[in-house]
Amino acid sequence: MAGLVRLQNEIERIKKEYFNRNRLAENNRQVENEAAIKIQSWFRGCQVRAYLSHLQRKATIIQKTWRGFKGRADFRQMAKAAYFIMKMNFYHKMSVRIQRRWRGYYVRKRIHNYYARKRYMEGLVRKNEQIRRDLDDYSEVQRREREKQALERIEREKNLQAQRLHFLLSTKQCPGIFNSPFRPGPDEMELRLRRTKPQPSTTSPRNRTSLLGNRSPLAHTSAGVPTALGAKPLPPIPSKKPQGPFREPAEVWAQRQRCLEPSLRVQTSITDLEQAREQLYSEMWRNRVVEARFQPFSKAHQNRKYEGLVHTSSSFQTVPYGSKHFREEHPENLQGKKGTICFSSS
Amino acid sequence: MSQRQVLQVFEQYQKARIQFVQTVAELATRPQNIETLQNAGVMSLLRPLLLDVVPTIQQTAALALGRLANYSDDLAEAVVKGDILPQLVYSLAEQNRFYKKAAAFVLRAVAKHSADLAQAVVDCGGLDALVICLEEFDPGVKEAAAWALGYIARHNAHLSQAVVDAGAVPLLVLCIQEPEVALKRIAASALSDISKHSPELAQTVVDSGSIAHLSQMILNPDAKLKRQVFSALSQISKHSVDLAEMVVEAEIFPSVLVCLRDPDEYVRKNVATLMREIARHTPELSQMIVNTGGVAAVIDYLGDCHGNVRLPGIMMLGYVAAHSENLSMAIIISKGVPQLAICLSSESEDHIKAATVWAFGQIGRHTPEHARAVAMANVLPKLLVLYMDTDSSEDLQIKAKKALKSVLQKCTYLPALEPLLYDAPSNILKHVIYQFSKVLPHDSKARRLFVTSGGLKKVQELKAEPGSALQEYINSINNCYPEEIVRFYSPGYSETLLERVDKYQPV
Repeated sequence: MAGLVRLQNEIERIKKEYFNRNRLAENNRQVENEAAIKIQSWFRGCQVRAYLSHLQRKATIIQKTWRGFKGRADFRQMAKAAYFIMKMNFYHKMSVRIQRRWRGYYVRKRIHNYYARKRYMEGLVRKNEQIRRDLDDYSEVQRREREKQALERIEREKNLQAQRLHFLLSTKQCPGIFNSPFRPGPDEMELRLRRTKPQPSTTSPRNRTSLLGNRSPLAHTSAGVPTALGAKPLPPIPSKKPQGPFREPAEVWAQRQRCLEPSLRVQTSITDLEQAREQLYSEMWRNRVVEARFQPFSKAHQNRKYEGLVHTSSSFQTVPYGSKHFREEHPENLQGKKGTICFSSS
Repeated sequence: MSQRQVLQVFEQYQKARIQFVQTVAELATRPQNIETLQNAGVMSLLRPLLLDVVPTIQQTAALALGRLANYSDDLAEAVVKGDILPQLVYSLAEQNRFYKKAAAFVLRAVAKHSADLAQAVVDCGGLDALVICLEEFDPGVKEAAAWALGYIARHNAHLSQAVVDAGAVPLLVLCIQEPEVALKRIAASALSDISKHSPELAQTVVDSGSIAHLSQMILNPDAKLKRQVFSALSQISKHSVDLAEMVVEAEIFPSVLVCLRDPDEYVRKNVATLMREIARHTPELSQMIVNTGGVAAVIDYLGDCHGNVRLPGIMMLGYVAAHSENLSMAIIISKGVPQLAICLSSESEDHIKAATVWAFGQIGRHTPEHARAVAMANVLPKLLVLYMDTDSSEDLQIKAKKALKSVLQKCTYLPALEPLLYDAPSNILKHVIYQFSKVLPHDSKARRLFVTSGGLKKVQELKAEPGSALQEYINSINNCYPEEIVRFYSPGYSETLLERVDKYQPV
């Protein structure tokens, strides 16, 4: 209770005290708060800075490690590439060397082979010479032929001229115009006139059949007879009979002019029969309607019987021995012989 | 009046007609009568006579018409305008062979002049009638029909195609195989006319098997036939490689060369044309010709003839040389260059010169060796003269310039280049100097010779713009010589020396 009383006594003072302290606290609160904030801000600032610097250090470590790693990798890569490039250059150089050799070889061998070209050119020169020679020969031959033909033509024309001028040929009594007496020799035309025969007259109709040359003997006689009978050439003028055992000239002339009178045997061709047969066959062939040949009956040809000749009296015929039978048998000789047994008859 | 008297009137009339027609036909053979005949109205008088009852009169009238139409363009036009052609075409199928011949002659005479007139013949159905005539037995009729067909086909590809469409080609090929030389000749000429226009037409002619028959006639003794045969072969082979190869495969080759020595110059010309047309297609074909000795034969042929006949030979050499350096060398060793040089100097016509110049360009453009061969024939100064000559045609000048350029760019034969230094214009001189600048650094003898012959002096006298190609070439030439020499030869050196003398003060 005493305590309570003390407290009762004290309560006022405590109240005062309380208010005082509260007031003091209130008065100092602003300052303290600011100071606390200052302290806290300072501390936090320090803390964050320390953290940041810590982070920075760590980042630097990471970066430096990474960069070192990366740089080394890059360098390795670069070195590899450089090595590769160097290698490739070397290979290229070597391949160029190989290709150079090969191309040189190939071109010299196949495309521009100097020796082959030279050979070809030499061959060409030879070929050219040969063809020039051949062509020269050929043209020479042709030229000669043409000249020959021209000469022949001129000769023909001259001959024709000479034939037309045959009446200008000089005779023994009267020299022609080409045979001048004031010259040492006769003109060339004169010689030609002497050589050529006068042109046959073209007015008379030609005997066309005589040109053909292949007349049959029958045609010959039929053509020959009328001239021999109708238009006989004139007989020679009868002079005195020649000395010696000769016939009269008129008789000789008649004999000479007698036309040919061949016998029938001479007139007929020696192959007349064959020709006639051939003609017959050809006619048969032409007129035949059925192409298939006639076939005899199946065994008709086997049992053909021999027909004796008409003009002979002998009775030769085929002997059956050897084809029909092989043993000689004469049954008629055996007939009636003693000691034989006849099975055939009676 | 008796019956005889009545008939006599007709007889007289017929005689008069015959005489008239025959006289007109006779008169129409002379060109000086044509004008008078035309003025006298001969066309209108002849036309009814084509329908006469007497066949002789018909034929002679057709003959007279043909002769008139043959004479000139106007008269042919008059025949077309007079509606005579349908009548002729109609009777071409009906009448006897003499009349057919005469009618075909008229058609030919009309078709000969121009494409329009030939078209008129085609339009009135002349082709079918003529083709039927080709099947006739008589060679004279066939000849006349083939001739008319050839004249129709000659003008252009369209007409030629019409002839082909009418089915004439196989019959013409049959005509070639006939024994008559005149018919062969004209059939070959017609085939040539047909095949000259386009590859398709030529292919049609080839497809009917004409090449084998044509190639058989190469050695025929008849010159005119040979002309036509070679003309036909060249017209066929000019179009494409395939056709040319087909012609070559007919084994024409060594035997054709023989015809280069033919007495007839047109045969030779046509053979050379054939070889040109074959050679120009591919190097292989050219090589084949070279291997058979064709080049030597052509070169000899160039020596034998003159004028236009030479032209195909020259062009053939050019074409062969253009293909490859080997072929070009083959021409050089076949002694082609001197022969061409002779052609260049002896021919007077510009187009032949132009062809020769072109051939030189083709021969010399391959290697220095080729250029040397051309230069040694002393051709370069001639080319230069042709290029500089104001009288020569433009084409010739261009060709000469090109040839000079292509030869000079390869030429290392300095003695031939030297004369060009003095009289060449600057555009040619450029190439000459360039060649010197390439050769001189490597050849001491040539350097010495260049100085002694006055070339260096000439080079110093040249005015070149600084920085131009010519100046560069001159500089590289100057670099080959010591400076004193160059200065010694440069113009105005004596003046500078004298100036030095003036300025010199003796001590």
